[in-house]
Amino acid sequence: MSHWIILPVILPALFAPLLGFVMRHDIVLARVTSVFATALLLAVSVGLVFMAADGTTHIYRLGDWPAPFGIGLVLDRLSAVMVLLTSSLAFLVLLHAIATGWDEKGRHFHALFQFQLMGICGAFLTGDVFNLFVFFEVLLIASYGLMIHSGGRERMRAGLQYVVMNLAGSTLFLFALGTLYASTGTLNIADLAAKIPAIPAEEAALVRVAAMLLMIVFAVKAALFPVQFWLPATYANAPAPVAALFAIMTKVGAYAILRVHTVVFGPGVPGTEGMIDAWLFPAAIVTIALGAFGVLGARRLMPLISFSVIGSMGTLLVAVAVFTPAATTAALYYMVHSTFAAACLFLVADLVVTRRDGDSLRPRQKTVQNGLFAALFFGAVIAMAGMPPLSGFLGKLLVLNSLRQPDVMVWAWTAILAGSLITIVGFARAGSALFWKSTAIDPPAPGPADGTGPDGVLSRNATPAEVAPAVLALAMLAGLAVFAGPVAEYLEQTANQLFDRAGYIAAVLPAAGGS
Amino acid sequence: MELLVASAIGTMTAGGVYLMLRLRTFPVILGLALLSYAVNVFLFSSGRLSIDMSPILSKYSDTSYSDPLPQALVLTAIVISFGMTAVLVMISLGAYLEADNDEIDIEPEITDEDSAT
Repeated sequence: MSHWIILPVILPALFAPLLGFVMRHDIVLARVTSVFATALLLAVSVGLVFMAADGTTHIYRLGDWPAPFGIGLVLDRLSAVMVLLTSSLAFLVLLHAIATGWDEKGRHFHALFQFQLMGICGAFLTGDVFNLFVFFEVLLIASYGLMIHSGGRERMRAGLQYVVMNLAGSTLFLFALGTLYASTGTLNIADLAAKIPAIPAEEAALVRVAAMLLMIVFAVKAALFPVQFWLPATYANAPAPVAALFAIMTKVGAYAILRVHTVVFGPGVPGTEGMIDAWLFPAAIVTIALGAFGVLGARRLMPLISFSVIGSMGTLLVAVAVFTPAATTAALYYMVHSTFAAACLFLVADLVVTRRDGDSLRPRQKTVQNGLFAALFFGAVIAMAGMPPLSGFLGKLLVLNSLRQPDVMVWAWTAILAGSLITIVGFARAGSALFWKSTAIDPPAPGPADGTGPDGVLSRNATPAEVAPAVLALAMLAGLAVFAGPVAEYLEQTANQLFDRAGYIAAVLPAAGGS
Repeated sequence: MELLVASAIGTMTAGGVYLMLRLRTFPVILGLALLSYAVNVFLFSSGRLSIDMSPILSKYSDTSYSDPLPQALVLTAIVISFGMTAVLVMISLGAYLEADNDEIDIEPEITDEDSAT
């Protein structure tokens, strides 16, 4: 039992109160500490990936209570990859927030940021569904604070909608857990995975209800049709670095579907056989269409990016919905890719929008460094839309390749390919309005010396520190494409491990012998 | 007793859902509070309903006992929903003061430029 496994939860939990109570009046100290904490988390998560790479499922028993009685954290390849994804994204976003001064626009940014990381890492590591609920609440309550960071009329109202939506989701989660507990008497994932296949199909009505309720809850998080409607308003009105961090929040929902609906209600379970994919697959197809048309129809930049996030979640969940190891491998690769692509888009959009009169997709006076921003936007959009040479192309190729079964191929290929085309058209329209048509408008009068024009619009050049996180995210996408072979190999082993239910049960419940 | 508990949960859920669909902050907060009461009772009853039994095994009495785990779960759920309601009240107060309006629905912002096309 290695104590490293709990560090991704403990580290942010220790630093967050320190940042909130001790350092709230000293922004420099808070920044240094926050960067230090996130870098530490990044180092730990790299270590965890190496620890999980040998294929064993590590379990951390809190208080050394044996599972299923105690609460356990479980580290396998999937958890390790997700924690690494979280911490590397968080590091980029934090650098951007500090460089652009977003963190100064309201108190407690850094404390909330750490609490958010604690919740996300905990959700990825936990081996207990009730604990998953608790970590969901931790990450949500931090996200409420981050969402309304720096305030403003529209942001507060969008934040309120987001909170109400998620509170309703949490209530559903509890109903699902109650139903699950009433029918099985346990909430430990491994124990559930051992008990639920033993329930015959005709007695599994309650289990089916619980499985569907859980799926709705995770679908709310993953922005799956028909419960995706909260996402555009939330992401478009959140501060841009926060929206970039939220790129991982939708993946928490996708991860939960992968974990629970593969290990617990996975293929071959008589009670829920064929029920999950029958609903998940069409919903994901509609999600792709919705995202693509949203991108095409958006009038402002931030909602446009939000809709592209919805589209990418659709692509991801189409691959998840067939529940085969090959498709899950593709889904995982696309998950890593789309997290960085969405974050990169939000970071670039932040640089542009703060130098422009609002984010409306209409020609305005061109910003300073128009060429640089246009190039960054172009790169990020190539990644998001899935064009070569960045990793989005390979991700979509993997997804398409894994969906060759005749009954899913027609729908999946049509939706993904047509969706990509519409997304490209939408992005091209947005980019030409933002960067090309704007050059036809008379150049602005020289701004005041401090670089801030009327209405807080910046007129100074972006510093290298402000541009660096977006460039780094692009570089990671390029790296993901260059090293696609080794990455896909690791993720293939990850998917195989995820589908090895007996191995998971045996690792967590040694006494049960994995039966 | 089963009938009483079940109908209580049903009534509270129905009231909660109705209030939540009102799209004004105050009814929505009340609705979410009602829903969380309903879910707490539901969770409590998920460990089977029993009267006059301790949540631990005792060697001095018979072997029946009430399931302690749902009680622990309910405790966690109560704490969380209480905290969340407090946050919700603060955020809705903030949104109301900013917007002078307590509707939850967000109307799309249509500028003159957009409506001209």
